[in-house]
Amino acid sequence: MPNKEETSSDKKLDSKEIMDRIAEASRQVVSGVEDEEVENWVTIYIMGRAYEVPADLTILTAMEYAGYKFVRGVGCRQGFCGACSTVYRKKGEYKLQTGMACQTRVEDEMYLVQIPFVPAEKPSYDLTEHEYDVNVLFEYYPELARCVSCNTCTKACPQDLEVMDYVQAAIKGDFKGLAEESFDCIQCGLCAIRCPSEIVQYNIAQLGRRLYGRYDSPEPEHLKKRLEEIEEGKFDKEMKEITKLSREELERMYAERKREED
Amino acid sequence: MKVSYYPGCTLKTKARNFETSALAVAEKLGIELIELSRWNCCGTVFSLTDDDLIHHVAPIRNLIRVQEMNKNGLVENDHRLVTLCSMCYNTLKRANIRVKEKPDDLKKINDFMYLEEDYKGNVEVIHFLELIKDIGFEKIKENVTNPFKGLKIAPYYGCMLLRPKEVGIDDPEEPVIQEELIFALGAEVIDNPYKKVCCGSYQTIRDKQVVSNLAYDILTHAQNAGAEAISLSCPLCAFNLDSRQKEIKEKHSDFTRIPVFYFTQLMAIGFGLNEDYYGFDLNYVNPEPLLKEKNLIGRNNAK
Repeated sequence: MPNKEETSSDKKLDSKEIMDRIAEASRQVVSGVEDEEVENWVTIYIMGRAYEVPADLTILTAMEYAGYKFVRGVGCRQGFCGACSTVYRKKGEYKLQTGMACQTRVEDEMYLVQIPFVPAEKPSYDLTEHEYDVNVLFEYYPELARCVSCNTCTKACPQDLEVMDYVQAAIKGDFKGLAEESFDCIQCGLCAIRCPSEIVQYNIAQLGRRLYGRYDSPEPEHLKKRLEEIEEGKFDKEMKEITKLSREELERMYAERKREED
Repeated sequence: MKVSYYPGCTLKTKARNFETSALAVAEKLGIELIELSRWNCCGTVFSLTDDDLIHHVAPIRNLIRVQEMNKNGLVENDHRLVTLCSMCYNTLKRANIRVKEKPDDLKKINDFMYLEEDYKGNVEVIHFLELIKDIGFEKIKENVTNPFKGLKIAPYYGCMLLRPKEVGIDDPEEPVIQEELIFALGAEVIDNPYKKVCCGSYQTIRDKQVVSNLAYDILTHAQNAGAEAISLSCPLCAFNLDSRQKEIKEKHSDFTRIPVFYFTQLMAIGFGLNEDYYGFDLNYVNPEPLLKEKNLIGRNNAK
């Protein structure tokens, strides 16, 4: 535990000190840092077993620190891919919390378990065979009609989306609302595993966005142009060359790349 | 006059013609129906189970939205919530009564919805027909520029507008509210003893035949009494009495199809509103031949 003097709020910090503290807190500690350098420790329980881990780790890195190796249930480590869904409960609290393991910091007395996979219904469909109609959503996902508006999905969403609102937009056939409200979904599946009506919110939203994209949003001009260029073989030569490069050469090219103007 | 308005899912999909006609006639009557800024499914069926509170969360959440409409100044100190779909009306109203009568239930529901402000129990759920009655049928008469001149219309109520008694918009045995409206539009009211008989409701999904048998009785009794059209207020009744005429015709070759209208479509015609508001493309039995024959459409309609 840090001593009282250091955390005292009446001590004014200048901006450099604040930035140093942030940098210190964000420091990667899984590798290259000796335990004796770690100042603060917490106790977490991974599937019921206690571990002492450095306090500034995420759930993901804390579990790796404890010795777990992830093969599934981990991905980009940046909060984008939705692979490391996690549920946890803090000691003495009745609430089951949800989050992405790579984005949630460990806290003292956290009970943890990873959800490596969400077994969710995901039928295959051909967009060209369907009309742009709410019935398509109900045809593939009839359980949509079971929503009781309990809002549990919204509470579970690590992206802070209004999940219930987009489910309701789906029921109303409001494809625009569905597409826009669900746009930042990372498909982690936490809404679906918490839903008492067993709705697969994120897959329904994906179907909705696809239908909206196909039938109700203007075709982007630049995409049309680029597709034509690809078909005409404009990039074939460049592609052929790039696939022959070594890893080092590719990394150098990536680092030196120039961003195209918007 | 601005009033909070709850459309319900079906009015945004299969019954869009109910909504477009209703919004247009409301405007003509000086009523601005302000759609709730966020709303969810009404709950569809009022749960009768004593301890099944989760199924009352949906309707009560919608009633909280009415409080928000007042707080945000979208309506001015008006806690009425107008509905059009009979099923939504029934579910919202019964849930409202339940939580008013059982404060413990309300507390549990409010606690469960801790992210929302508490529902204070001060919303009044009404049906658009009640709002029309409050305005007065004289006012309706004044707005009629395209009178029905004796077109014979049989009102149909079904269950959800009348039962149970405590939520009924009219006498459950002898309702007259639609009759008065139809009369005010200049049409002839045809009484039908089957006007309160269930249309078969959701059985329509499981067993088309059960529903088409019921619909056959309801429609042919009205026709035998002289009806040329049906008036109603429920999208599910409309589906069963209108679209199921396909199955009726398959079974009874002597059956003559009869147009089924939402009462707001009849009002839009009577008020001589732009035909774009009628939305007949969603009616199964095309009412246009009948209306043309009676010279009610196809004239140079002013808005």
